[in-house]
Order: sequence, then structure tokens, then C-alpha cells
Amino acid sequence: MTEFSVPPVKPPFWNNPQFRAIFFQAAALVATVAFGLYIFENTQDNLRRLGIASGFGFLSSPAGFDIIQTLVPYSAASSYGQVFWVALLNTLLVSALGIVFATLLGFIIGVARLSKNWLIAKLALAYIEIFRNIPLLLQIFFWYFAVLRAMPAPRQSLNLGDAFFLNIRGLYLPALQFQPGFGWVLTALGAAIVLVIVMRRWARRRQMTTGQPFPVLSTSLALLIGLPLIAFWLADAPLHWQVPELQGFNFRGGLVIIPEMASLLLALSIYTAAFIAEIVRAGIQAVSHGQTEASLSLGLNFGMTLRLIILPQALRVIIPPMTNQYLNLTKNSSLAAAIGYPDLVATFAGTTLNQTGQAIECIAITMAVYLTISLLISFIMNEYNRRVALVER
Amino acid sequence: MNEFKTLTTTILLLTVTSAVHAGATLDAIKKNGFIKCGVSDGLPGFSYADEKGSYSGIDVDVCRAIAAAVFGDAAKVKFIPLTAKERLTALQSGEVDVLSRNTTWTSSRDSAQGVNFTGVTYYDGQGFLINKKLGVKSAKQLDGATVCVQAGTTTELNLSDYFRANKMKLTPISYDKSDESAKSLEAGRCDVLTSDQSQLYAQRIKLAAPDDYIVLPEVISKEPLGPVVRHGDDDWFDIVKWTLFVMVNAEEMGVNSKNVEEMKKSTNPDVKRMLGVEGDRGKDFGLANDWMAVVIKQVGNYGEVFDRNVGAGSPLKIERGLNALWNQGGLQYAPPIR
Repeated sequence: MTEFSVPPVKPPFWNNPQFRAIFFQAAALVATVAFGLYIFENTQDNLRRLGIASGFGFLSSPAGFDIIQTLVPYSAASSYGQVFWVALLNTLLVSALGIVFATLLGFIIGVARLSKNWLIAKLALAYIEIFRNIPLLLQIFFWYFAVLRAMPAPRQSLNLGDAFFLNIRGLYLPALQFQPGFGWVLTALGAAIVLVIVMRRWARRRQMTTGQPFPVLSTSLALLIGLPLIAFWLADAPLHWQVPELQGFNFRGGLVIIPEMASLLLALSIYTAAFIAEIVRAGIQAVSHGQTEASLSLGLNFGMTLRLIILPQALRVIIPPMTNQYLNLTKNSSLAAAIGYPDLVATFAGTTLNQTGQAIECIAITMAVYLTISLLISFIMNEYNRRVALVER
Repeated sequence: MNEFKTLTTTILLLTVTSAVHAGATLDAIKKNGFIKCGVSDGLPGFSYADEKGSYSGIDVDVCRAIAAAVFGDAAKVKFIPLTAKERLTALQSGEVDVLSRNTTWTSSRDSAQGVNFTGVTYYDGQGFLINKKLGVKSAKQLDGATVCVQAGTTTELNLSDYFRANKMKLTPISYDKSDESAKSLEAGRCDVLTSDQSQLYAQRIKLAAPDDYIVLPEVISKEPLGPVVRHGDDDWFDIVKWTLFVMVNAEEMGVNSKNVEEMKKSTNPDVKRMLGVEGDRGKDFGLANDWMAVVIKQVGNYGEVFDRNVGAGSPLKIERGLNALWNQGGLQYAPPIR
């Protein structure tokens, strides 16, 4: 027998998988960086050739225009930097309120869709099919140009108890004015919150050891409402209402919800709620019916079954797609520009861009902001998802 | 969507490398076979598209005149409607060759924003349009009023300045389109609408009951409106600038679209030079020697264009006022052709 010993042949280096992996990654990196540099140089070149100023210096120069809704102090003498904050807060306000309303409405409609009552189930179905199939921009126009335009003029306002006024300029509400002594009410509220937390822990421990349930919800509510009320009465009602009054062209004083904001909020909430309702329905249906039957046969009532058995499991299915809806709602809020609501896109990427001519800077900032908001919402929802997710043991 | 347009033009600004040599704009236009002209999205008298989609107006005629100068054919224009917010970015990025969209000539636009104003087609000023039943007689009585205004305009800035200077409280609503402002004024969402006076007259005739509205007497700003081109192409700048000057000169010399052929026989050396009968003044621009005559024949002189679109011959019936020729008490004055 002869034995062959084959000398180990080293494959050429371009057939080495390790080399290939590194080579292609490096090539991709170089190409990306080169492309980025090219874009940057090219932009600089174009801007210089056209004589367009660049840089972020414009943020500190005075804006010179007014904005209809500002959550922080702002006047025409403020800077473009302040315009940015005002616009950002307006976007965040309408998105946050939209998320809350859409979630509440979506849960109600989603549960109604599964109702055993034929009429309720069909109404919920009709709601979902109508609102998720009409383009959002049309819905915004509908609320703004059709519904809210039908409101009366300021002098013919719908008057509710001489404190609330509804007209074409918006809904005017009394504004709260805090008097000295209101601190006591806040202190009482703080104390109530602490007491509720302590009480809940105690009740839980007691139920674990003795099996005796304690009416946590009603006691908590009594504490949270009762304690501040007592403090309010003791401190001699340290709260005044500033009621709006008709003066000249408009109501002055008080708070106002402008129709631009109202129609945007209505359209965003109602539209997104239709999607959320379907997500909620899917989540609930994902929990097998046997669990409900088992729970009922163990003697839990329907409310407890829903709260303790179905919802915790349904949430695992509901949360991830819900994040998408929240992101959509936030990004859709940029349609505000169509009806004159001063959000980030309308006021910063629109008016500021146009007044300064700093197109690249304004668009870059705006994109960065939406990216940040979206990533933040994703992060928060992922954290929440991690907490409700099935814990494998 | 407006935002989408702004975004695409911004991206264009990032990526497009256009040739740097002078005259590049004219070369590109000749290659395309038409001029890309940015106009308003709907302003009677200035630029307005009828049901068939054909444009008319003073701003539109300026672009037609430029096409007549370049191609000898006033029809070789593609009109691109732009909102106030989009217009300058669209010009900067090369989406349009010339912007003729009632745009106010200001120092910052000329310097920091990379554009050049070529002249003044219409001397305007900002005013207020208000419903008669509010009983307001002067802009000084507008304290606390809600005002509709177009976003991203000099109007928006003047408005804030005026209210600040007079210590009045202002609630502005900024819309992208002038149509939305007009609708809001009619519905009562705002008490008063502010814009350039010419626009106020134009918007008033679009309202359901124009007679219920009045224009307040105050004119709170100077608004010289004119065509705009990009920085950096002097040849193109000259052509656009002189097209307007030719129209003004023609009015001054009494040459119009009807008598232009006849006037070629004139003995007046000024007229002969302008119409390309004598000398090479047309060729100096790199165009046909008789391009000025073609502009006058196909589009008309300044006075004809004014009357037809906004003046006595139009529904707007705006007086010549500041826009009369310099020798008739107005401001329209063009350098000589020689």
C-alpha cells in the first residue's frame, strides 16, 4: 500500500472567506464615505456659486412674524431658534393628545367590534371601514372646512354658562389662575399619591397572605380626590377662573382651542383609532376562548377575567403594532401645514425656510427631529413591550 | 404636496451639478425648446389658469415675452404653479428658469438667498381687505383682530411689524395658499385679510359677494414685484431684465403690438434701433436682431399688458398709479436702448 500525503494547498487569497468578508465591507464603507463627501462638496459648491448663505447662524436672528398658537412665550421679536421650539411643542402637543385620544377611542371601538350585541358590533365595523379607508388629508379638510366652518361668528357664540364659548374662532374656556395657598392643595395631592402607593402594597400583601381582596380602586379614588378637596376648602379656595370676554373683534382672556388644532386632532385621533381598533380586536381574539371559560368556571367575574386573564395576554399581541400606529400618527401630524396649524413642518420647514432661504439647514433639522421623536416613541414602547412580554422560565 | 416639493427641490440643490459657465441657462433652455416659468397658483390679473388650463396675467405675459425674445414664439413657455413657500427654493434648485410670481424685491433675497431681481413689473404695497359690516374704517382700528395671511411672504413680516409698531394685538393665521385665506375670510375665521393691494382686488372679485368687502386706505409697505433669476448667469439675467425694459420703452415710444410693423418704417432712430431696423442691439444679447420687435408684436408693450390683465380692460380695473410711465407721473422707467 502506498500512502499519499497531499501537501496542504493554500487557496488563493481572493477565495478566502474571511478576506472576502472584510474586503467587501471595507469597499462598501469607502464607497459610502466617498458618496457622502461628494454630496457635501457638491452642495458647498452649488451654494457658493449661487451665493446662498449657509450655516446655522440664522437661528439666533429675529424672526419677525407672529404665530397663532404658542405654548411658550413668543413674539415677533423672538429668534428663529425660538420659532423652532414653539413649532416643535405644537407638533408634540397635537401628537401626544392624538395618541391618547386615538388609544382610548380605539380600545372602545375594538371591544365594541367583538360585542355580542349585533347593532354595536356592526356600528363599530362601519366606523372602522369608513375611517380607515378615507385619506387622512380629506378627513382633515372635512373637519376644518366643512364641520368647524359651520360654527357661528364670535358675537353669536354658543354660550355655556357664560364661561364656555364656541364659535368659528375656536372653543374658549376659562383659564385657571393660581392664587397663593394653592401649594397646600398640591401638597395634599402629593400626600394622597404616597398614601395610595403604600395602601396598594399593603392590600397586595394582605391578599397574598390571607386571600382577602381589598377595594383598592375606590379607596384610591377617594384619597386622590378627597384630600386635595379638603385642602382646597381649608386654604380658602385659592383658585380663580379667568373667564373669556367678548372685546372688540374677539374673546379675550381664558384659554382657546383653535379650530386648526381641533380639526387636526379630531382627524388624527379618529383615523388612527380605526387602525387601533383592529389591532385591539386581533389581540383579544388571539387569546383562546378556553381561557375565558376556564376563568369563569374558577369563579372570576367577567370584569376580572378581562382585566386579569385576557388583557395581559392580549397586550403582548397589541403593543408592537400599536407602536407603528403611534409613529404614523406623529408623522401624519405634519399634514397640519394644509390647514394652517403652526406645527414643525408648517412653521419651521415652511415659513422659516422661506424667510431665511436656508433650505438645507431647515430640512435637515426637521428630519432629525422627526427621526428623534420616532425613535423615542419606539424606545418607550419597546421598553413597555419588554415588561408585558411573556417571561420564559 | 408642498412639503414634498420643498423636499425634492432641496435634494436637487444637494445633488445637481450644473455647468458653471455663463450662458448655461440659455443653452439649456434652447436645448429643451421651452422656458420653465414659475408663476402663482392662482391670482387673477397676475397668473391665473382658466378651465382649459391656459394661463393669463401680467406675470404670465412677462414669461411669454421672454419666450418671444429667445425663440421668436411667445407660446414656448411651460408654466409651473408655485406656492409662496416653494417659489425661491424652486428657482435656486433649477426647477424653473425664471420666477415671475408677484415676488417682492428685498435686500435679503438679493443677497443671502442667491437670486437676482431683474426689474419691477408692478409697484405694489400691502393693504387690508375687510368685511364692511365690521365697521372698520382704518387699519389703526384693527387691535385684537384675527388676520389671514399667506405663509412665507414679506406680507407676513410687514403685518407683524405694523401691529408691533402700533402696539396692537395680533392673531395671525398663516395659510399656504391665497385661496384658503379668501375662504377663511368669507367664513369669518379671520376678520381681515392682508396682502399686496393688487392681490386684494384680485381676491375680492373671487369672493361670493365682493361688494360686502372694502380695502382699507392704509398702504403699510413698499412691494416692488418683479421677475427673479438665479445668481451667477449674467447673460440670462440681461435677457430677462431687458425684455421688461423693452416693453416699457415701447410704451414710451408709442410702439404697440398693432402698429409695430408700421413703426419699422419710422424715421425715429430710437424706434429703429429697438425694432432691429438699424444697428445690432438685438444681436448683443446673443439673440435674433429683431427680438425686441417680436416681443412687442406677440405680447405687447407694458401699457397693453397692464390694461389687458389688471387695468381698465380687465375685471380688476386697477388704476395705473405708481405703475404709470415716469413722464406720466408714475415710476415705470427703462434705460435707453443704444
